[in-house]
Amino acid sequence: MSSHPEILPDAEAQCRHLADLIRPQLSRNPALVGIYSGGAWIAERLRELLDLPEEIGLIDVSFYRDDFAEKGLHPQCKPTVIPFDVEGRHLILVDDVLYTGRTTRAAINELFDYGRPASIELAVLADRGGRELPVAATYGAWAVELNDHENLVLGKQDDGRLVWRMENA
Amino acid sequence: MHNPQLNKDGELTHLLSIEGLPQRILTQILDTAASFMEVSARDVKKVPLLRGKSVFNLFFENSTRTRTTFEIAAKRLSADVINLDINKSSASKGETLLDTIDNLVAMHANLFVVRHASSGAPYLIAEHLHRVGRDDVHVVNAGDGRHAHPTQGLLDMYTIRHYKKDFTQLRVAIVGDILHSRVARSDIHALTTLGVPEVRAIGPETLLPKHLDKLGVHVFHDMNEGLKDVDVVIMLRLQNERMTGALLPSAGEYFRHYGLTPQKLALAKPDAIVMHPGPMNRGVEIHSAVADGSQAVILPQVTFGIAVRMAVMSIVAGN
Repeated sequence: MSSHPEILPDAEAQCRHLADLIRPQLSRNPALVGIYSGGAWIAERLRELLDLPEEIGLIDVSFYRDDFAEKGLHPQCKPTVIPFDVEGRHLILVDDVLYTGRTTRAAINELFDYGRPASIELAVLADRGGRELPVAATYGAWAVELNDHENLVLGKQDDGRLVWRMENA
Repeated sequence: MHNPQLNKDGELTHLLSIEGLPQRILTQILDTAASFMEVSARDVKKVPLLRGKSVFNLFFENSTRTRTTFEIAAKRLSADVINLDINKSSASKGETLLDTIDNLVAMHANLFVVRHASSGAPYLIAEHLHRVGRDDVHVVNAGDGRHAHPTQGLLDMYTIRHYKKDFTQLRVAIVGDILHSRVARSDIHALTTLGVPEVRAIGPETLLPKHLDKLGVHVFHDMNEGLKDVDVVIMLRLQNERMTGALLPSAGEYFRHYGLTPQKLALAKPDAIVMHPGPMNRGVEIHSAVADGSQAVILPQVTFGIAVRMAVMSIVAGN
């Protein structure tokens, strides 16, 4: 069910909901990979909630984006860090907002340069529709309808709490 | 003043010289290079950023190492690389530099990496590309005359930041033939821009340019004084051709005064790092015990150089 939000929901509660959705799959020993920056925060939170012993992977898709020709290189790219062997692993890619699907595409491409995973699933806090590629979330905490000019942004407060805010694009 | 390296939005579109670049651009290059370091450590050492782009290495002057590292960097960005050894081709048949460029642009070149014996040659190419309306073609200076070697300067800064973290507390000494060194010039501009409070130049009077003090550089002729308490020692290669002229008595004499031995290095801070742009002349400017010692970071410089060149090429190609 999706509807335009009047009040933005609690991102921390959504993280707990997302963890509940993932928990039945833990027998496959999945590894988490968070997409900078929001997805990385959520992946770290999921790791705590699911009590996973392994370090999470962090991915910056700047080198794999499809809009390099129009926009150039993002001025603040961060190193991708994958601290485990991707080959044969079940991976859960984590992002804050699923929109066009292009970031997911770039992240999947990058992961394959580390090896051939057994599977990749996608966990997102918010799915705002508007897909331009055949991408779907395996685990989603919140389906939301937004206008084109609206941008849903996940932020991290000084006390470490994750919070949503709305920006105008 | 018009800066031909920057586009109208103030973004880097050519890399011609470190002089005139703001700190934010130098920092952006170093930060981006840090991300590329990780790429070179993977099994698949390649990202698709410059897929389908053509990088032309135009080396009007020999340099195996610099050309090779640019070639590796471009290939790790998935570009196609064409190496042109100009001495052996068109220039020897009388074609002008800019005619050569026009021909290569007609072959759909996207980026030129230029090494030239004449100071300013890469500027000439960048201005020409602008004049003919090809702002989509980019130039990276790989060393022009005595003027600049900006990617070497940047990889030196990357090395310093890697080991020392912060530029604003450092004492850095550059030792040797500063007069003929484009590396020294690029290093001095970069160190100053990044906020290094004390840059020293050490060398014989005949190999130091005049007016170094105008760049804020402290000049020393005695290595024992100049190396005292420095955090970073950048040794320069003594070019053999300088030895034949009147500038220097002999290689042995030079080594006695300006060669970096373990005894002289002991005057620097205990955790000082020793850098050298290569190729080294062991026993001329550096003692083997120092070159192979625990304070030398000369081989890491080479590794960092690839990541820095990947960063420079991907930033200019995107702007």
